[in-house]
Amino acid sequence: MFALVDGNNFYVSCERVFRPDLNGKPVVVLSNNDGCAIARSNEAKALGIKMGAPWFEIRHFEESEGLVALSANFALYGDLSDRVASITAGMGPAHEIYSIDESFVDLAGVPGDLTDRARRVRERILQWVGIPCGVGIGATKTLAKLGNYIAKTAERKPGSYPAKLAQVCNLASLTEAEMQVVFEATPVNEVWGIGRKISAQLNEGGIMTVQDLVKLDPATVRRRWSVVLERTVLELQGTSCISLEDAPPAKQEIACTRSFGHPITELRHVSEAVTEFASRAAEKLRKQRSLAGRILVFIRTSPFRKDDPQYSRSVVVPLRRPTSDTGELVASALMGLRAIYRPGYKLAKAGVMLLELQDSSYEQIELGLEQDNTVDRSKLMTALDVVNQRFGKGTLHMASAGMAGDKRVWSMKQERRTPGYTTKFADILVVKA
Amino acid sequence: MIRLLCTVYMNSILADLGITPVKLDNSPKWVMLIHGLVQAGFPSPAEDTCAKRIDLNAVLISHPTATYLLRVRGDSMIEAGIADGDVLIVDRAVKAKHGHIVVAEVDGEFTVKRLFNRAGRIKLQAANPTFPDILFKDGQELKIWGVVIHTIKSFGAKPCLH
Repeated sequence: MFALVDGNNFYVSCERVFRPDLNGKPVVVLSNNDGCAIARSNEAKALGIKMGAPWFEIRHFEESEGLVALSANFALYGDLSDRVASITAGMGPAHEIYSIDESFVDLAGVPGDLTDRARRVRERILQWVGIPCGVGIGATKTLAKLGNYIAKTAERKPGSYPAKLAQVCNLASLTEAEMQVVFEATPVNEVWGIGRKISAQLNEGGIMTVQDLVKLDPATVRRRWSVVLERTVLELQGTSCISLEDAPPAKQEIACTRSFGHPITELRHVSEAVTEFASRAAEKLRKQRSLAGRILVFIRTSPFRKDDPQYSRSVVVPLRRPTSDTGELVASALMGLRAIYRPGYKLAKAGVMLLELQDSSYEQIELGLEQDNTVDRSKLMTALDVVNQRFGKGTLHMASAGMAGDKRVWSMKQERRTPGYTTKFADILVVKA
Repeated sequence: MIRLLCTVYMNSILADLGITPVKLDNSPKWVMLIHGLVQAGFPSPAEDTCAKRIDLNAVLISHPTATYLLRVRGDSMIEAGIADGDVLIVDRAVKAKHGHIVVAEVDGEFTVKRLFNRAGRIKLQAANPTFPDILFKDGQELKIWGVVIHTIKSFGAKPCLH
């Protein structure tokens, strides 16, 4: 048996913990650079604001509906996420953090009424951290996820499902007849792992609801669609195929891309940004103990500024040998940048991607065909990471990244960011006495 | 093959000498490794106590996942020992009772006051006679954010700001 615990409108809920004045108001959290909405309160959803809506398209609600928009405060969300996860972990013997706002819990061997237990954990998260959650319980991870969707939808849209399923939905406690009603009320695209393409195909074949899908024969599904969809059908039927993952698998590629706060045209400014992105990516690379074989650099103008001349180019630079050295990665990224940079364009975004990642414990030995002057700087890299971890990101950085922080011409717009209430002592919440 | 021949040859020599070879067990074995330096001289008399330095977090905070720091602005709690600029340690896991100093939400703002809850009457009291009690009308809900469990006062030295 599995549970999925998921924070409702997580980023907005985090903001509301320290800003009670935001309760009942439409609130959105904007992505890096205040570009588009990445979290919406129920009131904002009711205004018809879609996930990912660009800020300039919804900006008018600020005046007409009192919409509050905030820049993403990831330091805050990360800390509250940790708090939620550590309470959630107490629900069962094993726990998998699936994303910043979602955790799976294995409930194998947990005695007593699981619905009750889930309600108590939900209450505790609400009381201790202040985040409202939805909990789904089911025999498989796919059913737990579906239960979670139902728990949230039943709360947000009364009448969509039986009221007793709001907040906590234990599919395992339903009778077969109740289950059928719930499955018939749920469109197939809400099932975990069923994307837009597959759901369009299913709909074409007349499979509209979860009930239609669950009735299919798994072997037929495999023949007609794929092994992946067969697994989903089996999971919906109650056969567990996906187990809890203890540690997330190492990433196959690492990207660091960002839009600039203001359009930039000069090579030296783009170089600063690319240095910064390559350094960040290198840091992530070392954290998962990998080496990169190739590095991709791209730059582009804004597709929203249709009157400006458009330019978008990327290049892949192979590395002489797989590495995780910031200096080597930055040098290669800048070499790539110089090859694709053209003056006269207002660049809006740049990024770096590390490709062909491999485990750093394997080292490829090459024949000494040419003089090898590279020095092993792994100790230096470790020192770099330790210093930055202890004294804050960017304490030590490559000189080509330019001035640190907000002095950069290209740094992100985060004009609406709330303070680091729980991560910075100077920023703690002020309370009136 | 060569090794096998050698073994057979060796065995025959040993047999001639009246010695029977003992077969060695070459399977992997666990070896107990005694780690650590052995020093001559006087041992430290503190070695056996295994005492850890006092950790303020552990002393002051019983629910780390539910605990937050807040800074005080205002004088309404001065007689309870809470002054402007003090830092409050607030535990949201503690259930607020009559007499507790609480952080409550009043009109979309946080305030720190003493909770009065007796004979069905609930109010928030200041610890300063110049501030009136905060009363709640019928239907108005008192939302308690957390219970203040400690106050940090700094004398002179500014607390480290990172």
